[in-house]
Formats: sequence, structure tokens, C-alpha cells
Amino acid sequence: MLREILRRPEAWIGGGLLLILLLVAACAPLLAPGDPLAIVGRPLIRPFANADFPLGTDRLGRDLLAGLIHGARASAAVGLAAAAVAMLLGATVGSAAGFAGGWIDEAMMRVVEAFQIVPGFLLALAFVSALGPSLWTVVLAIALGAWTGPARLVRSRVLSLREADFVAAARVMGMRSGEIALRLVMPLALPPVLAISATIVAGAVLTEAALSFLGLGDPNAVTWGRMIAEGRNQLRSAAYLSMIPGAALALTVVAVYLLGEAVTEVLARKRRA
Amino acid sequence: MRPLAGFLLRRLIGGVPALLIVAVGVFLLLDRAGGDAVDAWLVSIGGGDARMAAALRAEYGLDQSVFSRLTFMLGRLVQGDFGWSFALNRPIGPAIMERLPNTLQLMGAATGISFLIGSALGLIAGRRPGSWTDRLLSGGSLLLYSVPSFWLGLALSVIFAVRLRWFPVSGIETIASGKTGLDRAADVAWHLVLPVAALGMIYLALFLRVMRSGMVEAWGQDYALAARARGVPDRRVALNHAARNALVPLVTMLGLQAGAMLGGSVVIESVFGIPGFGRLAQEAVAGRDAPLLLAVVLVSALMVTLANILTDLAYGALDPRVGSGGRDAA
Repeated sequence: MLREILRRPEAWIGGGLLLILLLVAACAPLLAPGDPLAIVGRPLIRPFANADFPLGTDRLGRDLLAGLIHGARASAAVGLAAAAVAMLLGATVGSAAGFAGGWIDEAMMRVVEAFQIVPGFLLALAFVSALGPSLWTVVLAIALGAWTGPARLVRSRVLSLREADFVAAARVMGMRSGEIALRLVMPLALPPVLAISATIVAGAVLTEAALSFLGLGDPNAVTWGRMIAEGRNQLRSAAYLSMIPGAALALTVVAVYLLGEAVTEVLARKRRA
Repeated sequence: MRPLAGFLLRRLIGGVPALLIVAVGVFLLLDRAGGDAVDAWLVSIGGGDARMAAALRAEYGLDQSVFSRLTFMLGRLVQGDFGWSFALNRPIGPAIMERLPNTLQLMGAATGISFLIGSALGLIAGRRPGSWTDRLLSGGSLLLYSVPSFWLGLALSVIFAVRLRWFPVSGIETIASGKTGLDRAADVAWHLVLPVAALGMIYLALFLRVMRSGMVEAWGQDYALAARARGVPDRRVALNHAARNALVPLVTMLGLQAGAMLGGSVVIESVFGIPGFGRLAQEAVAGRDAPLLLAVVLVSALMVTLANILTDLAYGALDPRVGSGGRDAA
């Protein structure tokens, strides 16, 4: 299946961009040594004007490129962690509801519904404001707004697979229900979650940026959203301060979607075949 | 008309448990916050002694136990009273009613325009899947879909408000313009052009993509093949057969996105300085105003519930098989 995915050009472009992003994030201390929030030069140097600061400096004289490189860490870490937590939580709740059935299922679905009618961004806002901004509260806040999709998906798969003939056959053969759940149902119920994982990662990256744009991100980290917010004060005179991190953000999200589209397409073709 | 009223009533009652979970959950969450409105207020006036803080807490009932405050809050909500905002120093209900129209205008315009343009472009892209028009539109929509709306708002405002000066940078209308009637409406519309574009663009891209994939799927169906075999012109197959069916998932999407759009309007209202409902959320966070934040979350949840009900009604109208009872949201 990996080979099929790699045959698609969008997988190459998206995957390549993401690989670069992850490498930059991982090697940030090597690529831009020192504190990215340190004042290193004259303020408001334009991009491409000074070889020491290829992307220029902000109003305090901080290197924009260093901020961009270190900001990649926050986006990558929060995006991936929040999506992982959301999918794990969703898959757990969804499969528990699907297997339990009855009033437990009913109650769990009410909770899912409650999370669904609250706009995810508002929930994240309330969560971070209540527990204080840190890397982990931001990750949890974003995951809380994103887990219902996977939960409903897994639940509906479990509900239909439970009634499948091969599950009935396994039961007749004397397989224990725990074993049926783990070895027969779950391997078939989980792959659809993979198909929506790209949307969840992309959404998490965008939500993180929006939170830090409003000043609710991790206060000790450089993030692209925060850079955009800080650049906003110089929008009239130095628009590049906001525009460059935003472009990096958009590029990241495009890369995630491109890769996701390739995976979804291959999964859909497999299902049809 | 009778089954419709029954349906509405059933759905509204069905939404109550979820709304109750939201109310209790958010109340308990916000209760965990370190520092309350009294702290925030004391900081804002430059400090005060412990006795004053205790007196204020007693006055606002903040010294009561969690359970008694929770039941008091629920009892008040049932009567339609959202309580008192510390940050705004006025009752919350009227404040929300004052802000809501601005946000509804913003969201309504963004939804309407993105729906019209998005579905039209999706129809064009989906008429000939794989053609150059299709590739251009699909690629462009993916790009638009990936742009963060608040950044798009800043970019639009740099280009069209700061450089070209075609539109105002911020606000919902010209302050103290004394305009009335149509003049005022035109003024508001002029102020809303950029925010609506920033908020709606991502949904335009989304609707385009959903419509396109719906069209592509419809082309492969037997009824489309049969219509073409009968010699019905392609244009009519596209409009009367394929598009009608492709609209169904689009309407579902419209309801699903109501909440996301409400969340997006928080940031857009902040970028364009629109005194709307979304900005209230931000003001509540800044002022540590738990009752206000709770009210904003609850009203949004109520609005999303209503949007879902409306979606199901539209769904029934588009797809006669669903009937007036509406689709059960499973």
C-alpha cells in the first residue's frame, strides 16, 4: 500500500514538504543556535537586505528566520500530538460505545453530541483560559474539539462489524468476546480513522496557530501564530513580519492535505477493488 | 404543518441533554481556573486588601460551594437569565443580544456567498472531472482551504484597506456617521466585505470540493448514464440530475460547519475589530469572566443545535425519501 501511495505526485510533494518541516523542527537548535527570542540585530531589517538575517528582523531586532525555524517545532509537535490524542481518545470512546451498546452507548453518544455542538475553537479557548497556557493544555484543548469525529466513525464501524457473519462464526467456534474485539473487529474498524487523520492534523495545526494568535499559546515557545500576532502591529510598515510566518503555516497545512489526499485516494480505491 | 411542529419539538427536546452536559461541563471546567473575576477586577483597579476581596466574593456568591453555585446557575438559566458579567459590568443576556446581530450578519453573508460561489465552481469543476478547469479549481481550492482565516484577513486588509484604501481597516460601521436606513446598511456592508471574504474563503473552498466530488460520483450513477443514453443534453444532466444529488452532502456540510464558522468568527472579529459575539468570548477570557464565557459557549451550542435542526429540514426538502420526519442524526 505504501508503494501505491508513493506512486502519486501529491504524496511526493506533500510528503517531501512535511519531511523538510520535520527535519527543520528536529534540527532547530543546530540550524539556528541560541534563543530565537534574543535580540541579535538592528530592528526592522527588510527580508533579503542583510545576509546575516535573510528574512529580516522584527521590531525588537529578533531574527525572523530563527523564529520561523523554532516555530516549526511548536506547529509540528502540537499538530501531531493533538491529532494523536484526539484519535486515541476517539477510537477508545467509539469502540467502547460500540461494543457496550445499550444505555452505556446512549450515554456516551450524548457526551459526544455535547462536544459536537460546542464550537471546537471556543472550547479550546475556554480550556486554555481555565487551565493556563502551556504546551500540554494547548494539545489537550485542541484534541477535545477534534475527537468526536474519530469516535463516531469507529463506533459505527464496530456496530456494523459486530453483526458481520465472520464474527458470528468466530463466536460459534468458541472465541472469547475480548479476543473477537481485539483480533477481528478492531483491525477493520480503525483504518477509516487513518483516512481522516490528515484533516485532524491540519485542523490541529491551524487551531494552535489561532490560539497563539490570540495570545493563548505556550508563552515560552516561539510559534508562528504568535509571530503573526506580533507582526500585526507593524502591518502598515512591515507587513512581511506577519506574512512570512503565515505563508509557512499555509504551506504546512497544504502539505498535510496533499499527503492525506493521496492516502485517502488509495484507501478508497482499495475498498472499491 | 402538524408533523413539522412535532418534529421541531422532538428535536429541541432531544437536544436538551447535550446542552445540559455542556452547561455542567463548562461550569466545572471554568471553576478550575486559578483566580476569579474578583482577582481580575482588583488587578485592574490597582489592587485591594484581602477583606475587600472577601466582601466582594460574598456579594457575588463566589464564596459558596461548587454544588450550590452550579444548581443556582442552572436554575437561573432555566429562567433565561444568564447572570451578571463582571468584565462588562452589566447583565449578560442583553450584552449577547446586542452583539449577536453583527456576528449573524457576518456568518450569514459568509455562508451565503461561499455556498453560492463554491457550489457553482464545484459544479463547473465536476462537470468534466480531470479536465484542466477541474485541476485548476481543485488545486486552487486546496490552497485556499489551507490558508488560516486570520492570516488571510490580515493579508486582505494590508492589500485592500491599507494600500488600496478601498475598504475600511476595522469596525462594523462608520462611528457616529448619523446614517440611517439604506445608507447605514450600505455602510455596514462596506465594512463587512473584507471580514466576510476572510471568513468565507475557506468555506468556499470546502463547498467547492464537496460539490465537485458529489458531481463526480453522480456522473458514475446509473440514472446519469440512463439520461445520457436517452439523449438528454449534458448540460441538463449536470444541472437537473447530477447537481441535485450532489447538493445533498453539501447541505449536510453546511450544518456541520456552523460550529466551526462560529469559532472562526472569534478570530476574524478580533482581526477586523468587529464588536460581535465572538469577540465577547475573547473579552471574557481577558477579564477572567467565567459567567460570560459560559454564556457565550452555551449560546453557541444552542445556535449549533438549531443549525443542525434546520439542516435536517433542508435535507428532507431536497431528498423526498427522507420525508418530513427528517433524518435521525445518528
